[in-house]
Amino acid sequence: MTTDGPTGPGQGHARWYDDEAGPVVRPYAMTRGRTSTEAEPRLDLIALVIAEDRHGEPLDDQTLSPEHVDIVGLCRDAPLSVAELAAELDLPLGVVRVLIGDLLDAELVHVSRPVPPAELPDEQILREVIDGLRAL
Amino acid sequence: MVFGRSERRRKQDAPDPVTLKILVAGGFGVGKTTLVGAVSEIKPLRTEERLTEAGRPVDDLAGVEGKKTTTVAMDFGRITLREDLVLYLFGTPGQDRFWFLWDELARGALGSVVLADTRRLEDSFAAIDYFERRGIPFMVAVNCFDGAERYPAETVRDALDLDPEVPVMLCDAREKDSAKDVLIAVVEHAMHVSARRREPALP
Repeated sequence: MTTDGPTGPGQGHARWYDDEAGPVVRPYAMTRGRTSTEAEPRLDLIALVIAEDRHGEPLDDQTLSPEHVDIVGLCRDAPLSVAELAAELDLPLGVVRVLIGDLLDAELVHVSRPVPPAELPDEQILREVIDGLRAL
Repeated sequence: MVFGRSERRRKQDAPDPVTLKILVAGGFGVGKTTLVGAVSEIKPLRTEERLTEAGRPVDDLAGVEGKKTTTVAMDFGRITLREDLVLYLFGTPGQDRFWFLWDELARGALGSVVLADTRRLEDSFAAIDYFERRGIPFMVAVNCFDGAERYPAETVRDALDLDPEVPVMLCDAREKDSAKDVLIAVVEHAMHVSARRREPALP
């Protein structure tokens, strides 16, 4: 956790929250308190986040937090799943989803469409999975 | 953290890869993360969900009114089968009370492995019930711990009262080849289940 702002420890009696609140509040400070995003249904754990190709143009958008920039950087070379991004950035899934939602709005990333949840993947794909596993 | 980036660097305009997931469920300490680690190309990663919102089914926190939070960890691994086909393996949280997280994990899963330990078969009941009720294709893999008595798969099937079509096999979750065989068995089972569901119902 890197956010150790004016409400961090050592503020003595000025603190308005109890100790237990700390780890909850801080990650959500990165999302400015938002706990969900409209993009939520598309952000399955294994949905892949893929950075849009911007021809190496640097990200200088002032509205982006360092965590936003980290996400774009991580997905630039190879797509990473929502779960991998959360693990890599050591952030709760809920926080990462909100941040990815912002990046989708800013058209800096796109997200792969997972197999529709209600159906099993088709037989051809399952055969390919079996062949792939045998070859490991 | 090893992401093997150089091999995974993709060509521009390549189609987005297809991702699939298999769940690995079972009681605490049965070897879920060990099995994931045996076949994953990355060291199993951990992602966390913090439970804070009111109304979440965390009944055991009643009385502390949101002061206490619980972190649920999910360990997962990845197998890149081809550049455009990636399989993720998710270990389910050991604590049964996080059912709503199971729902998120199970959504879109192609199938599940229930890992069982013959010394504590009852620890796998909750997972078996869960997958049976939701019609998620699953198999039971008995993790053969050193020093635990071996039982034939059929004995385990009877003890767990499984339907005849549910595959049961013995495995060693530490061994890559054994873990691979388990995954192949669950995908084959998922194929049979989906073929059967596609058949028109008999009149």
